[in-house]
Amino acid sequence: MGDGPPSLWEWIARNWDTGRVGSIRDLLGDHLLMSLVPIVLGLALALPLGLASVRWRWLYQPTAGIFNVIYALPSLPLFMLLISVTGLSPITVIVPLTFYAMAVLIPAVVDGIGSVPPHVRQSAVAMGFTPLRRLVQIELPIAAPVVIAGLRVVAVSSISLVSVGALIGEGGLGMLFTRAYQNPFLPPVVVGIVLIVALALIADGLLLLAQRLLTPWVRARGAS
Amino acid sequence: MNWLIDFFGDPARWTGFDGIPVRLLEHLEFSALALALAMLVAVPIGLLIGHTGRGGVLVVVSANLARALPTLGLLVLFVLLLGTASIWPVIIPLVLLAVPPILVNTFEGIRGVDPELRDAAYGMGLRGGQVLGRVLVPVALPLILLGLRLSAIQVVATTTVAAYTGLGGLGRFVIDGFATKDYASVVGGSVLIVLFALVVQIAFTLAQRVTVSPGVSQRLKTR
Repeated sequence: MGDGPPSLWEWIARNWDTGRVGSIRDLLGDHLLMSLVPIVLGLALALPLGLASVRWRWLYQPTAGIFNVIYALPSLPLFMLLISVTGLSPITVIVPLTFYAMAVLIPAVVDGIGSVPPHVRQSAVAMGFTPLRRLVQIELPIAAPVVIAGLRVVAVSSISLVSVGALIGEGGLGMLFTRAYQNPFLPPVVVGIVLIVALALIADGLLLLAQRLLTPWVRARGAS
Repeated sequence: MNWLIDFFGDPARWTGFDGIPVRLLEHLEFSALALALAMLVAVPIGLLIGHTGRGGVLVVVSANLARALPTLGLLVLFVLLLGTASIWPVIIPLVLLAVPPILVNTFEGIRGVDPELRDAAYGMGLRGGQVLGRVLVPVALPLILLGLRLSAIQVVATTTVAAYTGLGGLGRFVIDGFATKDYASVVGGSVLIVLFALVVQIAFTLAQRVTVSPGVSQRLKTR
């Protein structure tokens, strides 16, 4: 073993998989879980709420208002207030992030469905589509680009926000930041930032790809 | 509930260098400073890029990248690199994270103005700068203010997290309380931060009511 602090690469090699809790690979897994659940759960909850807001217009203003307020609340005090309910667990981080996701996705769903041209909807009705089939085969596909644009914002910000959870000991890769601060050492910070930004960019790229595949007509129209 | 009474009911919490008034003013100062510096950088650049139409892609890409940056990581990185001799190692990341929302929304706001409106302004003999100041900015104001509001939300939250790296402000109650298992301080501080964020949100909503022309916000129709 050499003298002085290890190099960046040596530190990564030593800590990638230590077999104990808190190795980089471990934290990466935690981070993925804690950011993916809010994205998926947020969408699953925002879809019905958004559709209900489209069906019953009066519902939209209060729903959007409430989530607008929630979105303005900083994550750290929300984590802290939730601890007394959910304890020191990943759920404490997942719940606020899910609400933030819904705050972005509900307007996205409403705008997306609102972007369906009336003549398209009427054609579907005239062709005898049931409301459910109309929703699944006509309205949701047309709404997809707007909803996916919202999902991209949600994915990127959830992935970076999870790290704040490190301040209550549940931060995935964010734990590298608190560790580096308590025991002043640069490599963990650099590794944490690079991995989080990389995860965010990968998620963003995958969603962009999904949009291309799900809505091929958008590109076709753009090219003509 | 008892924690709240313990926290807000204790006279000692309301005085001294680590009392509620001092922490509140600190939070206000750091947030306002970071937001003002971010505005100074982002608004002119956003106006310029939106007006000339050059460099738009750069704005959008850099804003996406900035959203991906973890605030806590950035704070720790700057403090480890620059030390804690002054507050600047903490203020710089606050400003960095506050710039993108203002930049993007200012840019999108100016670029999104109806081209016919812009042509009409030129047709009336206004010059480039006048078109920007008298027509484009007033019409784009709702989006510019939205950018400022999103940025303010971000700054208030990041200032809270920055207490971890030694910055004062309301985050201290939460961070220090958590470290010493003083849950009255944690809960009381959290409630204070939440209230602070709500007041900021309301202030920006009111500012929008007052400054946006009724013609732009279509309030004329309802009268």
